[in-house]
Amino acid sequence: MKFDFTEEQKSMMEVGRDFAEKEILPTQEQDEKSHHFRKETFKKMAELGFFGCVIPEKYGGNETGHLCAALLTEEIGRVSASWTLPFNMQMWGPAFTILNYGNEEQKEKYIPALVNGDVIGAFAITEPNSGSDVAGMGTTATETDDGYILNGQKMWISNAQTADMSLVYAYTDKAKKHKGISCFLVNMKNNPGIKTAAIETKLGLFCAPTGEIAFEDAKIPKSALLGQKGEGFKICMWQLNNTRLGCAARGVGIARGCHEHAIKYALERTQFGQPIAEFEMIQDQLALMYVEYEAARLLVLKAAYEKDQGNIGNTLSVSTAKYYAAEAAVNASGLAMKVFGSYGYSSEYPVERFFRDAKSLQTVEGTSNIQKVIIARAILSK
Amino acid sequence: MNIVVCVKRVPDTETKIKIGGEGTKIDPAGVEFIISPFDEFAVEEAIRVKEKLGKGEITILSLGSADAQTIMRKAYAMGADKGVHLNDPSECQDTLAEAQALAAALKGMQFDLLLFGKQAVDYDNGAVGVQVAKLLNIPVVTRIIKLDVADGKAIVERESDMGKEIVEVKLPAAFTAEKGLNEPRYPKLMDIMKAKKKPLEEKPAQLEAPKLSIVKMDYPPARPPGKIVGEGEEAVPALVNLLKNEAKAL
Amino acid sequence: MGNNVLIFAEQMGGKFRSVAYEAICQGKKMAQGLGGKAIAVAIGAGVEAAAKDLGQYGADKVIVVDNAKLKDFTVDAYGKAFSEVVSKNDPAVVLLAATFQGKDLGGYASAALGAPLSSDCTEWASLDGGIQVKRPIYAGKAYVTVKFNSQPAVISLRPKVFLADAPDASKSAEVEKIDLALSDDDFRSVVKEIIAKTAGKIDVIEADIIVSGGRGLKGPEGFAVLEELAGLLGAAVGASRTVVDEGWRPHSDQIGQTGKVVSPKLYIACGISGAIQHLAGMRTSKCIVAINKDPEAPIFSTADYGIVGDLFKVVPALTAEIKKAIG
Repeated sequence: MKFDFTEEQKSMMEVGRDFAEKEILPTQEQDEKSHHFRKETFKKMAELGFFGCVIPEKYGGNETGHLCAALLTEEIGRVSASWTLPFNMQMWGPAFTILNYGNEEQKEKYIPALVNGDVIGAFAITEPNSGSDVAGMGTTATETDDGYILNGQKMWISNAQTADMSLVYAYTDKAKKHKGISCFLVNMKNNPGIKTAAIETKLGLFCAPTGEIAFEDAKIPKSALLGQKGEGFKICMWQLNNTRLGCAARGVGIARGCHEHAIKYALERTQFGQPIAEFEMIQDQLALMYVEYEAARLLVLKAAYEKDQGNIGNTLSVSTAKYYAAEAAVNASGLAMKVFGSYGYSSEYPVERFFRDAKSLQTVEGTSNIQKVIIARAILSK
Repeated sequence: MNIVVCVKRVPDTETKIKIGGEGTKIDPAGVEFIISPFDEFAVEEAIRVKEKLGKGEITILSLGSADAQTIMRKAYAMGADKGVHLNDPSECQDTLAEAQALAAALKGMQFDLLLFGKQAVDYDNGAVGVQVAKLLNIPVVTRIIKLDVADGKAIVERESDMGKEIVEVKLPAAFTAEKGLNEPRYPKLMDIMKAKKKPLEEKPAQLEAPKLSIVKMDYPPARPPGKIVGEGEEAVPALVNLLKNEAKAL
Repeated sequence: MGNNVLIFAEQMGGKFRSVAYEAICQGKKMAQGLGGKAIAVAIGAGVEAAAKDLGQYGADKVIVVDNAKLKDFTVDAYGKAFSEVVSKNDPAVVLLAATFQGKDLGGYASAALGAPLSSDCTEWASLDGGIQVKRPIYAGKAYVTVKFNSQPAVISLRPKVFLADAPDASKSAEVEKIDLALSDDDFRSVVKEIIAKTAGKIDVIEADIIVSGGRGLKGPEGFAVLEELAGLLGAAVGASRTVVDEGWRPHSDQIGQTGKVVSPKLYIACGISGAIQHLAGMRTSKCIVAINKDPEAPIFSTADYGIVGDLFKVVPALTAEIKKAIG
């Protein structure tokens, strides 16, 4: 077992760090305030190959792997949790799922365009009345002679209003329950049956677009089906087990951002004639943040490493990492806020943003409770 | 067009410097090392020249300990083709000895452009580029902020004591890069992976006995503790009074 | 083994610069310690006339290389002329000002003569018949004391650290004019055009007062309040790295480890948090004032005086107050 990063991995972390600090940080404050998704930042990520980490060279990727992607996510997340979303979505979402389940035509049509950023991708599972209970979804795809007709509503969809294409999960046969769900590759633009709207009422992650999608007799061709009919639930679970790793890495990034800011502040801020870092109760908070960050990071790296070794379906490792990293991020942001005192409560300092952004991790792509269910089932079946 | 770029591994500018136990070198523990920022401008410029001309080869030359290869790989990932590492386990502190070793290695190399940073942000002497050029008997233009190459010569813009200058120089020539020359690119992930496959030759640096020695290294004298005069514009009259009568700075 | 000190007397457009006087004054003191003479070297076109006046600052002798071809400074031509003069005179020390020219010329002479070099020295002392210097490294985060094991030592002095003594009008130096053969090879680099500094704009290196701005200025427009204060004080306007990287101010205004290292009489830092690399570039200023809305900003621990507050209110108030104070 080796804990050293390779020179290449170190270089990639450096690129991630430089990118976050030079391309995201300078405009972060104003973009977060105005809920602005900066398309040119997205394009720059594409140019550097960020979206190609887990994609073979044949489709425009660089095969640097899941571990590299997790490290990049951490580096970006320590500056901006918002920006890890479009990054992870583009790569672990549609592109990697199409790579695994798509036919050659679908792969060639979508993957290179997703990797080079010409096409913005999304995936649509959640609905107003169906979250953790994926099979409770109401969206349907009715087969016709020349395709399918989609009807239904999706909510809390990352990139909904900016996406050019989306994986859409819908029932082709409600009677078969979860085995009646299918997955479709849907072109989001220029379809009169598809309407999207931004969700402006979220607590954080303001630079990452989130929205809802309404399908009203939206016609899509036969070729839109990904994998087999009825395979949607399986694809969905497979996909979530990848995108969840991104959430976990985002949590690690947030935890790190919080503890770095807290350490810096604790060394600068003086009260009672000494830096507050000298006080043991502050030290307790800093130590806790570090321990949880370090533990979360190791869980993420292990899960990513397993994927790079070919074990893509490593649900136990991924859910363990996702659960722990989400909690670590939330704890770290809470502790950092305490270290910062009233400045932690001020929107002029980054801590309150981390606090808001971290909370999302206990909900997205399987709540913390769902992760515990997955973990328990896995360890009980052993 | 063959281009050689000399680069040096230095502590990150955001790093605090701690003096090591022997008192004549810094303590490298916990220090992030980077390619010297001005050298990075030089690497970027070499790549831009190559891209513009559509041909050429970029060689990276670095003198330093074995760790120098890390920053050479960074230059490879940006777009350099190959490199030579002049291994110096002693971490020489004499710029002239370093320049002589670089010049000795360059004598066996073919190049049209020889690029340096205007200074390495460690010892800050800002002399190696000029020293190497003189030792090789080629012209040198320092602190360039623009470089155009055509027909066996280069037209450059440089910062001078007078302001700015346009200088024309016959090739082969040496140049030292100033901030403003360009904005270095981020290496692409794919190119980072490819960098490890590019050739890197290692040979011992031919260093003569240094003609100077570091007696000791010190921290800068501490500034006397300052005071917060007050908050907001109400504090301004008190500040002006202090500047005038206490500091005598106005 | 010589015991003279040879000093490059830097000139611009035929006029010697104040750094030349600084160097000559120190050169004279070094020469006294070494038991030798202070010999100034003036290179250029039309520099002969003023050369003898260098005696007023302590030069015992001035060697003049006056040649129409040397109108513009290039490292190659000036370097050739300077190092030939040096090698003919076998000095113990070659002294220059650590300006752009001085650093370049020092490097050339060092290579030409195989002589050890230390740039940008801020202290020197006589030691065992030689000179020992102290100089900043890592942009001033540390200092080294350097001893030379070979002669001559090429030393450049940081401008504005050693002040020139008042000229003694009763003194005059012996002037020796020499002709050097310059070949085409010495003019492989040619200055085609000089773009002078913007009129009225004061360079941060030369300024006695610097008003400097950081991210707190919020954008290029924000610098207007600093320009107004600087205009009143006859000060230069400096900038932090962030501001320059954002393109709000030109690179030549940047203060810090990858910009200029300055030591003015008064440095007013506005909306600058005080990153290590910035502090390195200005910590040797005689008096530092910090204006920042963040009371925990590291700049306050380096400043002599601080005001916590919104710079867009404090700086205009400061301008108005100084206007009153200086009438």
